Amino acid sequence: MEVIYNGLFPLLPFSWAQPDGFLFMKNAFLAILVITPLFGLLSTMVVTNRMSFFSDALGHSAFTGMAIGALAGALAPIPCAIAFAVTFALLFTVARRRARMSSDTVIGVFSSTAVALGIFIATWGGQSFTKFNTLLIGDVLSVAPVEIGLLALLLVVVAILWLLALNRMLLSGVHGALADSRGIPVAVYEGVFSVAIALVVTLSMSWIGLLVINSMLVLPGAAARNLARNMRQYHLFSVLGALTAGIAGVLTSFEIGSSAGATITLYLAVFFALSFLGRKT
Amino acid sequence: MEKEKLYQNIRTRQPKHAPPPPGSCHGACCLRGTDLGLRLGDETVFQHVDLHIHCGEIVALIGPNGAGKSSLLKAILGQYPHTGQLDFFLSTGDRAQPVFGYVPQNPVFDRNDPISVLDLFIACIARWPVFLPVPKTLREKVLACLARVHGEKLIDRRVGTLSGGELQRVLLALALEPVPHILILDEPMSGVDIDGMKLLLDMLDEIRRSYDLSILMSTHDFTMLDPYVDKVLLLNDTIQAAGAPREVLNSDAFRTAFHLGKEWRV
Repeated sequence: MEVIYNGLFPLLPFSWAQPDGFLFMKNAFLAILVITPLFGLLSTMVVTNRMSFFSDALGHSAFTGMAIGALAGALAPIPCAIAFAVTFALLFTVARRRARMSSDTVIGVFSSTAVALGIFIATWGGQSFTKFNTLLIGDVLSVAPVEIGLLALLLVVVAILWLLALNRMLLSGVHGALADSRGIPVAVYEGVFSVAIALVVTLSMSWIGLLVINSMLVLPGAAARNLARNMRQYHLFSVLGALTAGIAGVLTSFEIGSSAGATITLYLAVFFALSFLGRKT
Repeated sequence: MEKEKLYQNIRTRQPKHAPPPPGSCHGACCLRGTDLGLRLGDETVFQHVDLHIHCGEIVALIGPNGAGKSSLLKAILGQYPHTGQLDFFLSTGDRAQPVFGYVPQNPVFDRNDPISVLDLFIACIARWPVFLPVPKTLREKVLACLARVHGEKLIDRRVGTLSGGELQRVLLALALEPVPHILILDEPMSGVDIDGMKLLLDMLDEIRRSYDLSILMSTHDFTMLDPYVDKVLLLNDTIQAAGAPREVLNSDAFRTAFHLGKEWRV
């Protein structure tokens, strides 16, 4: 970390980046450099597989996980939240396949139930909801080096998943019957992808904020899709767009004192608007 | 002229002829289904279906809407759990697990999806992650696959922008890699014009000759069955009629299934 803090950061033209600058801002900057490519990657599949609403619901379940984690107290809030979110994601995938309802109805049912359960648990016994506000808004300035390390590990895991399974996830998403006929266990890949989203959302919710986290899963891919003509371009534009918006967002939020998560989302919205104007024919 | 080139291309890939040993299908490979049935929930989709398809045959599965054509194809593919016995025998007479090629019905790809034909092929036939730059050898392999249906020019097009006939050819090329024992097409002629149909059927005819594979397709279009198709199966709950196209199309079972008058003849 020393090399990054005192070797690389001073190369940036910002006062906070100098050796005597704000450590929290350096950490936040590093966290954004790790989180945004992660969301850029996931976003491509969320958009292609038409799972925007589904990922939103998963975000809500991650909140419930956090509430249960907080109830479990100092024991282990994060592992508890992860366990809940992963279970919920798997249950959800099964329900979506089994139910003979339209997908958005099933998602609506699950999503609202998850949020209600989260608020119910969070406020049980007259507790104040205030302590959960950071989960809703997010505070990337409070990220610690250990947590950045955890996010970096997650980025590596998702990158490996992409190397090993992207082809099958893509085919399962765009044409289940075709994937099935080629011996691909579609349900397994749907489950794996849902779990990946659940993990990433749960672990990054505290920094980005639940209210805007789904935009990070949708906007980079949606904007890249307007421009890209193949999967290479798609991933490149999505990751670069997320990274650029992330850096611009965290710098702006520092200057004007706004929420980083929301500021990044607004930059992503601009990226989407520009991509829409310049969309391919 | 173009077609000639295509045929040559297909012919160069002819398999070596295996000696004809004794077997359950008299020396040819075959797919045999006995008493196949499928229930989905409380509903019987089809029952007591017997079928026998030899390699090199083109078989058309016809029947009114809701007769269970797609379901029968999916049951054969193993996507639905069916009752009854389904066996595949090699030309040696040995029982084997057949390799299926499948061209799905009316595949819909979003016009905006950033998935090129090359991407679709890589996702289906290769382990190479589709988001990384494509190695030259892989691109050439995909070109060779597309050459079987004379579709090399389509390689960089987005799948969502292909016409019905073009997409049909791309999916056919996909189904032929790896070369299957049995090629199954679900309603390949829907949304394709007369010229496209002729092109497709000519292509299927050549494919079955060069690869000695069986082709089973469901169709709503009866005009082209004769002379392209060897055998027609009329499905409506069960197999109502089976035989040469003219035989089935002029049968009482056909007239009943499609509510045609007694005088109706092809």
